[in-house]
Amino acid sequence: MSTQTIKVDYLARVEGEGGLFVKIKDDWVTDVKLKIFEPPRFFEGFLRGRSFTEAPDITARICGICPIAYQMSSVHAMEQAIGVKVDGQLRALRRLIYCGEWIESHVLHVYMLHAPDFLGYPDAIAMAADYPEVVKNGLRLKKIGNHLVTVVGGREIHPINVRVGGFYRVPTKRELQVLVDDLKWGRDTSIEMVRFTAGLPFPEFERDYEYVALRHPDEYPYNEGRLVSNKGLDIDISAFDQTFVEEHVEHSTALQSMIRERNAYFVGPLARYNLNYDKLPPIVQQVAREVGVDGPVNNPFKSIIVRSLETLFAYDEALRIIEAYEPPEKPSVAIEPRAGTGYGCTEAPRGILYHRYTIDDEGIILDAHIAPPTAQNQRTIEHDLRYFVQEALDLPKDQLTWQCEQAIRNYDPCISCSVHSLRLEIERE
Amino acid sequence: MLCIGVGNIYRGDDGVGPYVAQRLQNLQLPGLVACEASGEGTDLISRWSDFRCVAVVDAVISGAEPGALIELDVRAQPILSSMFATSTHAFGVAEAVEMARILGQLPEYLRIYGIEGASFEHGCGLTQIVEETADQVVQRIAAEVERLEARGGAD
Repeated sequence: MSTQTIKVDYLARVEGEGGLFVKIKDDWVTDVKLKIFEPPRFFEGFLRGRSFTEAPDITARICGICPIAYQMSSVHAMEQAIGVKVDGQLRALRRLIYCGEWIESHVLHVYMLHAPDFLGYPDAIAMAADYPEVVKNGLRLKKIGNHLVTVVGGREIHPINVRVGGFYRVPTKRELQVLVDDLKWGRDTSIEMVRFTAGLPFPEFERDYEYVALRHPDEYPYNEGRLVSNKGLDIDISAFDQTFVEEHVEHSTALQSMIRERNAYFVGPLARYNLNYDKLPPIVQQVAREVGVDGPVNNPFKSIIVRSLETLFAYDEALRIIEAYEPPEKPSVAIEPRAGTGYGCTEAPRGILYHRYTIDDEGIILDAHIAPPTAQNQRTIEHDLRYFVQEALDLPKDQLTWQCEQAIRNYDPCISCSVHSLRLEIERE
Repeated sequence: MLCIGVGNIYRGDDGVGPYVAQRLQNLQLPGLVACEASGEGTDLISRWSDFRCVAVVDAVISGAEPGALIELDVRAQPILSSMFATSTHAFGVAEAVEMARILGQLPEYLRIYGIEGASFEHGCGLTQIVEETADQVVQRIAAEVERLEARGGAD
């Protein structure tokens, strides 16, 4: 009888702190644990007792990479709770700022965190020595995303301009117009990004996933839509808690999610893409066809191509929104608190981010629940590793360890986000 | 000169970078722009790409006594990512410096001031010893700005 373990104490090139443990006994994978040991952060606890207007700024602090997602999910939930609808140009500006965040997050992950895996480099610094122009393009693509978030969000890190009901200030037409040349460059260059990533070598690996994403009748989803899957799920976002269940496992400070009475599911770029391909604009579909990924993509390693296609989409969508932009008369609609429960679910770069709040008639938060995408993907990542390692047992251990880490990075996990929500129970006598 | 204060003001001594940036901003020195940053590496590269002279201030964990100051002339020596383990970013300060070095995008003058932190617990405020060092760093950077300005520009 032989036992082998693959252990990575600290995963590199993921946001936050996590580890990996795989146990193999007699050529069978017997245990896989994606260990998340970053301390819990209790955001849901300290949202209670705060005003409904504070949720976007408090929850934005959960993540330095995707603060807009937290702001968007929280404002939509609060607006539903108080019966307010934000429409027209304010709605468009919300899509615009989300474009900026997708660009920032996807470009960072593709160039700095994931591409080195495929090319055999230990990190992006080593890759930059051989691919300087590619990496320089990545840095510029990212910078333009930062700029877009700054113009609409007030600043690029933890933006401060988003509020329940709209924005504190809306940009002038001129402020957006000056971005156009850079955005056009970004759109052209992200086509190169798609071609570059599509040319990478991919491990053969496919599984029968249940993909879950928002679906909107008219557009590729950012802030609105029903939750759908490729296996028949089609629900209003308010049915999230009845449909999905979160579970605490010993090796993770983040809760693991699954579909009730089913199993793990997959959120993020691949899920969005497979469920909403028909909503992508012609330019994105054309490039997808050119590189041969216009059908469903079931190899999670190819998520790097899909992130690049979504970067192209975000650039194209930003240009479309700016072209049609007319500054609204007021930066926000009137808001008045009233007792109720509201639900928000938006597409963070890494997948659906669900918020639910109950507030009283003065707008004080009585209860908050947040399900971030990385927590939802944890179980799917562990299942991937179990299957992947089983098929790759012949690889030398260092190469197998490397590919396991690469398989985790397929999901661009944001561990810092995922651990905000562990429930703490204190027993006192 | 651009001074980038890296850190999170809600995590104790990790806020030392933003503290220094704010103090420098308040001095309104000619030739100095100060800003805060989270420490995400590509953001740092894009911020310093428009400047010739840059100072980065960040909390470090090197095993030295709390409040100890490590001043690095980045053009003269590589820097260790292990020192900047205060960040949860996968691509942080050290990676930004080494990436920029390879791409030929390091500013002509780039100093990193690493201040050894004592506590990185949740909550605002610096420990006293860290604040004392931070005040010295403010004076040191202000003097550097004056010196560079006198030599013909600290931009």
